Amino acid sequence: MTFIIANLCLTLVWAAVTGSFSPHNLVLGFAVGALSLALVRERLVAAFPAVRLLKLLLLTVVFFRELWLSAFKVAVVAVRRDMQLRPGIFAYPLALTRDFEITLLANMITLTPGTLSVDVSDDRKTLYVHALDCRDPAAERRGISTGFERLIREAFPL
Amino acid sequence: MTSTQHDMAVAIIVSLLLIVGSVFCLLAALGVLRFPDLYTRMHAASKAGTIGSSLLLLAAGVHALDATILIRALAGFCFFVLTAPISAHLLAKAAHQAGYRLTNLSVTDQLPRDRHSSGR
Repeated sequence: MTFIIANLCLTLVWAAVTGSFSPHNLVLGFAVGALSLALVRERLVAAFPAVRLLKLLLLTVVFFRELWLSAFKVAVVAVRRDMQLRPGIFAYPLALTRDFEITLLANMITLTPGTLSVDVSDDRKTLYVHALDCRDPAAERRGISTGFERLIREAFPL
Repeated sequence: MTSTQHDMAVAIIVSLLLIVGSVFCLLAALGVLRFPDLYTRMHAASKAGTIGSSLLLLAAGVHALDATILIRALAGFCFFVLTAPISAHLLAKAAHQAGYRLTNLSVTDQLPRDRHSSGR
């Protein structure tokens, strides 16, 4: 079941990228999708996680707003004469446990104001985040845990 | 709306997207040049760079006035958003593993440096 849904998604992506939704192209996309999925079959998860669509939509909206703000902020810093940087890497204790949630959080952190995820510890309990302004790591941690981490947990209930 | 007005509206939207997108790209490049170390530079490259290139792609999509091209531009936009953080993350991680120091301005580094020499 997972395989078929994933394959249908890939077919749509194929049709979008090649710019044609004709039946022939969809069949070709389905074949290419099946081939690519066969290559990674060991890593496919058994079942899709539960999703709350409204929360996922909220997460997406918040993400794009933050992405816009962050590009703006970093652009402003780049032209300032005195950049007033106090960078540093702080450790963030993860409350999320599943791999895709951690990946999602790490990617979102990278595209939001002033933070960039550098590494995850081997036991997947700590995320190391580089911040442009690391004077107050506690505030940064609070921002992540009440922001994206909470939204991700709400969008993908266990 | 007459067709001239319509063309005008599209032209204005496309020009705005182009200008804002290229300004972001310029500032991202300036950031890469001016920031003191690799980690801070990745901030400029990953964020302002993503927004800049995405707006340019969107401009191309709108300019064509063709749904398939717009969809392709949006697919490219998604691809940017998905891959930019991964490359930034990998570069920062590799630099840290190789022992590249944070700039002197840095206040803290809680990532253990010898973590990767043992295990894995």
